[in-house]
Amino acid sequence: MIDQPNLKYVDELAGDDAAFRGQFIDIIKSEFPVEKQEYFEFVESSKDREAAEMVHKLKHKFNILGMENAYRLAVAYEMELLDGKRDIKSKFDEVLEIIEQYIKTI
Amino acid sequence: MNCIIIDDESTARAIVKQLCSKIPDLDVVEEFDNAISAIKFLNQQTVDVIFLDIQMPGFSGVDFVQTLKNPPKVVMTTSDTDFAIAAYEYECIVDYLVKPITFDRFEKSIVKIKNSKVKQAPSTAEQNSSEGKDLYINIDRRLIKLKLDDILVIEAKGDYIDIKTVNEDYRVHTTLKKIKEKLPERLFLQIHRSYIINFTKIIDIEDNSVLIAKNVVPISRSNRPELMRRLNLL
Repeated sequence: MIDQPNLKYVDELAGDDAAFRGQFIDIIKSEFPVEKQEYFEFVESSKDREAAEMVHKLKHKFNILGMENAYRLAVAYEMELLDGKRDIKSKFDEVLEIIEQYIKTI
Repeated sequence: MNCIIIDDESTARAIVKQLCSKIPDLDVVEEFDNAISAIKFLNQQTVDVIFLDIQMPGFSGVDFVQTLKNPPKVVMTTSDTDFAIAAYEYECIVDYLVKPITFDRFEKSIVKIKNSKVKQAPSTAEQNSSEGKDLYINIDRRLIKLKLDDILVIEAKGDYIDIKTVNEDYRVHTTLKKIKEKLPERLFLQIHRSYIINFTKIIDIEDNSVLIAKNVVPISRSNRPELMRRLNLL
């Protein structure tokens, strides 16, 4: 089951530091769409190694957004890509879509 | 304590920086998104602690640790515990933090850093004060003071050495090995069995030689890697 993204970790880290919270959310909001786009481009051009590197980058954001199941999925998918496989691609893509929708709300 | 953060992920760097800001006596002096830039920085300046991501594209955290001659205390940061276990092979690595890093775990790491007995390189400021800036040489029963910064090249000549400085040249009855022990590593490097150079005075480097002022000094094949390692390469 794919977990829902949340800002619990970011809030714990920020505490009363609203500036950090805002700055951090800005980083996620600006970086995520770019990384997602690059990931799709690498996948479409069959550059599996580069796609795996993007999955590696994206999975950090899953972690930060409290998505433990999605993180484990990304770890497996990264390995799959390095082996030239894409069995769990659709599930991974689904996670990206969930996050994309979520960051529009924060 | 001062520290640097090395991580290709900007979010990861922001997290570690935020965690550091909650520790009263810990200052983040610089952050890097790749290991090569950090190596260039550490060629100029020393730090007490490095927070280092293990998995970075191209040049990993473990590769980075291997290049450090006098590594400070290193805390590895990683998403994968398997990598962290491998990292403990190095004496300078005092802890590893699994992402996402909580403040409680980060605080424990700071305690580990403070309690760690890892032998550290002295800070740049300590080096400057303890190593001294002068060298006295004995010529005809006179002790002549040379400023270390003024020395360009030292050449072995049988039982003597020739010291070439910015203003004058001196011949001293001693060996290259003996004078090498008196010279600070931050300035001097032996690049050939007969030559020690002040590598801050290098003008240019060709395949087998360096130019220092008007002196062309040969580089031996065995000493070349160390010279290249110490240069601030672009």
